[in-house]
Amino acid sequence: MSTIVEPVTCSFCGCVCDDLSAEVDNSRIVRVRGACSSGLGMFTGYDPAPRKPTVDGQEVTWEEAVAEAAAILKGAHSPLIYGLSSTASEAQRKAVELADRIGAVIDSTSSVCHGPSGLAMQAVGEPTCTLGEIRDRADLIVFWGCNPDASHLRHFARFSLTPKGALTTNGRQDRTVYVVDVRPTGTTKRADHFLQVDVGSDFEVLTTLRLLVRGKEPDVESVGGIPVADLAELAQRLKSCRFGVAFMGMGLTMTAARQLNVAELFTLVSELNQYTRFSVMPMRGHGNVAGADQVLSWTTGYPFAVSFARGYPQFSPGEFSAVDMLVRQATDAALIIASDPGAHFPRAAAQYLSEIPTIVLDHAESVTASHAQVVFPTAVYGVDASGTAYRMDNIPIPLHKVIETERVTDEDVLQRIIEAVQ
Amino acid sequence: MGERFTLITGRTRKQAIGLHKGKASPEYREATSYVEMSPDDMQRLGLVDGALVQVHSVAGSARLTARTGTVPSGLVFVPMGTEINALIPAETGGTGMPPFKGLEVDVSRDDGGGETL
Repeated sequence: MSTIVEPVTCSFCGCVCDDLSAEVDNSRIVRVRGACSSGLGMFTGYDPAPRKPTVDGQEVTWEEAVAEAAAILKGAHSPLIYGLSSTASEAQRKAVELADRIGAVIDSTSSVCHGPSGLAMQAVGEPTCTLGEIRDRADLIVFWGCNPDASHLRHFARFSLTPKGALTTNGRQDRTVYVVDVRPTGTTKRADHFLQVDVGSDFEVLTTLRLLVRGKEPDVESVGGIPVADLAELAQRLKSCRFGVAFMGMGLTMTAARQLNVAELFTLVSELNQYTRFSVMPMRGHGNVAGADQVLSWTTGYPFAVSFARGYPQFSPGEFSAVDMLVRQATDAALIIASDPGAHFPRAAAQYLSEIPTIVLDHAESVTASHAQVVFPTAVYGVDASGTAYRMDNIPIPLHKVIETERVTDEDVLQRIIEAVQ
Repeated sequence: MGERFTLITGRTRKQAIGLHKGKASPEYREATSYVEMSPDDMQRLGLVDGALVQVHSVAGSARLTARTGTVPSGLVFVPMGTEINALIPAETGGTGMPPFKGLEVDVSRDDGGGETL
């Protein structure tokens, strides 16, 4: 006989939707209501059958796997701990503790995602707010270099486009929506205005907007492929809205100027608060990548790319970020938590990762795990484990256990490794 | 040599769905093994949907299937995934972030035959 479990929280992306329900039959999730197509597979595609850990591809006991993992980490001169964005904050905290104990470098997927946004925040600040405030109050929405129609499928309905809030009682009709991007996307189809910017020209366009907001006119016809007249109209709307929000994505962080693009947007938003109320929010990708930044920041003072090699935390993106550590061959063992850098890093970095002793904690098989010496098949937070994830607006959301299984959590495994390396 | 384009990578709905089925699954492979080009660029290179192309960058090369898309002329889009990593340099400019967008690549018809991915 099946039972309905609610609330269920999806931690696939940074929306962390906590309004789902699941039908459970014989400890299997057979149906999930409210999930988007991207999040659904987290529940219905997960095989919760207990699996033993492996060492060099052979099944072993948990004690043997922990002992092998501890031996690898203790024997390494410069261990790297990486991943973190698809696990719970309870496990993230244990990962930092382990990094401290063994003098490791610890980095999260932030470094290949919104790491540049973190650098911009450190440089110029980040005027931000919660998604609840946006739903209730925002009448001007700008999506810059992001495509939530593909990456955050319920963002429009829950927060930014169609929900009816306290001051947005007519939903979509009460919002004006701009998209600035290099190509038409599903998001541009939902917008009132689409400004198509030339690749790599975001910084110039943002600088021009700052100029126009101050009432000055550039002596050119267009900037970055966008007519100045269109930018002037946008500048006027930015100043005259009741409450505006700019959501920004990889279009700013992954192109040439990286953190300088983001800092220019954050500065523009900050300056707009001289005229009205305006906020900015990075569209965080993985379900708890914001939590990784939070936990690393409370415990070390820095959001990613942190080294404990000298016995105290040091922050150095470009040096202690995972891609750089790997491509410079500056690490000789890796612990990967709920991530698959072997599949997503540039080939040169992934190749070196496959050549060094590696330990993987993951609920699923992965490219990284296929090369790893030690693999711990762990539970999924929000499915067969409870924990906490931070939504993209840095609000902590509980992840409830939906089914009972025998799988252990990332937190449990990390605690056992911490005890074993002492 | 092929023609010079600017490459961007990014997420798609099918890439996310394929992720849950595993990176070795046909769904994931199909969702991440194509390059989207403008109709004008497809025509100029003599490509039809499903044609194989070679994409080269300073870091390496990849063999992908061409698709007509909505990108402007001169730009090509490839979904994030295992295929595209061969093209991405590991230099991060001191930030930790590799150039996943805005990368110069050469695209040419693959006349070597073979089946589409």
